[in-house]
Amino acid sequence: MRWVGDVFLLIGAAFSFLGALGLVRMPDVFNRIQTGTKAVTLGALSFLLGIGFLHPEWWTKLVCIGGFILVTSPVSSSALARAFLIAGVRPWRAPEDREAPAREEG
Amino acid sequence: MTEVSPRLSQYVVGFAAGMLLWVLLTGTSDGQELLAGVLVVAATMAVAGPRLAILGGVRLVPSAAVALVAYLGYFFYALVRANLDVARRVLSPSLPIRPAVVEVRTGLKSRLGRLLLANSITLTPGTLSVDVRGDRILVHWIDASPGTDLESATRRIAAGFERHIRGFLQ
Amino acid sequence: MTAVEIVATVLLCAAVLLGLGRLVVGPTNPDRFVSADMVSVVTTVALAGFAAVFESPLYLDVAMIYGVLSFVGMVALARVVEGNRS
Repeated sequence: MRWVGDVFLLIGAAFSFLGALGLVRMPDVFNRIQTGTKAVTLGALSFLLGIGFLHPEWWTKLVCIGGFILVTSPVSSSALARAFLIAGVRPWRAPEDREAPAREEG
Repeated sequence: MTEVSPRLSQYVVGFAAGMLLWVLLTGTSDGQELLAGVLVVAATMAVAGPRLAILGGVRLVPSAAVALVAYLGYFFYALVRANLDVARRVLSPSLPIRPAVVEVRTGLKSRLGRLLLANSITLTPGTLSVDVRGDRILVHWIDASPGTDLESATRRIAAGFERHIRGFLQ
Repeated sequence: MTAVEIVATVLLCAAVLLGLGRLVVGPTNPDRFVSADMVSVVTTVALAGFAAVFESPLYLDVAMIYGVLSFVGMVALARVVEGNRS
């Protein structure tokens, strides 16, 4: 049990780190939200799962925290992204796409 | 199989969610704790219940439980795939991204269903739902090939989730 | 602390530091909001990690409340950015 928990702890911490790295490397705010939200959410879940393996008696509270992060993290990023789009932040475009319309209308 | 009316399903689902939260927070299945939980959740639902119309979209039929489990499995698979995708993009030196904002269409009627679909889209490979307008969801796609139209975007981003969600939400 | 706990702590600290770097550098205010959002999630997780390291479940409650408060704060912030334009 001990080493399974350790593996999940490491995976979780590594994905949190990757999310932060994406936050630094991506060119604009929408891409930063993408990498930040996804990697950090899975990192958090995996880390909590690892703690659950180390301390099985805490699983109810860990499920609470994990479920809460799983539900709220995408909501807060979507709310932020929507606010930025409404406030007039234009998404970054790859150089080869610059001439194309910024938004593909359906 | 008759479906439970939205009005009733709103209270049943709210009560069940409240009890689940209570049991998880207290961490016991002791009789007295459960009784206190029933009282507290009932009082909460008496106050907040009428405003929880968003929960009315849940379909209370036995097959919904199966659909929910199938959805969760599909969702976690997509979540892990999304993270491997993010890791690949972040770690590769050339930063292979090609973002665009596209629209997808959803056939889900209830607000809860659209919320869940938007959430799922946010946590899956390369997509971030930005806004929900009626039956359209605005999606920021990190790797959109040029000339993606509504139909193909819907097929590639939303269709899989929608099939699963429709089993337990309207 | 075991070696694994130390490595995990270092990775989480590096994540928070990178987030804080983005918070300081900017370049625009939206970037700062996004990094604050990410740092708060990592902090929630780190508080749960405290609970494991110090063997005290009290920190789990702290983590939960911190997560709830940061979510509410982020949504409020998004509403402020949005203004009356929607």
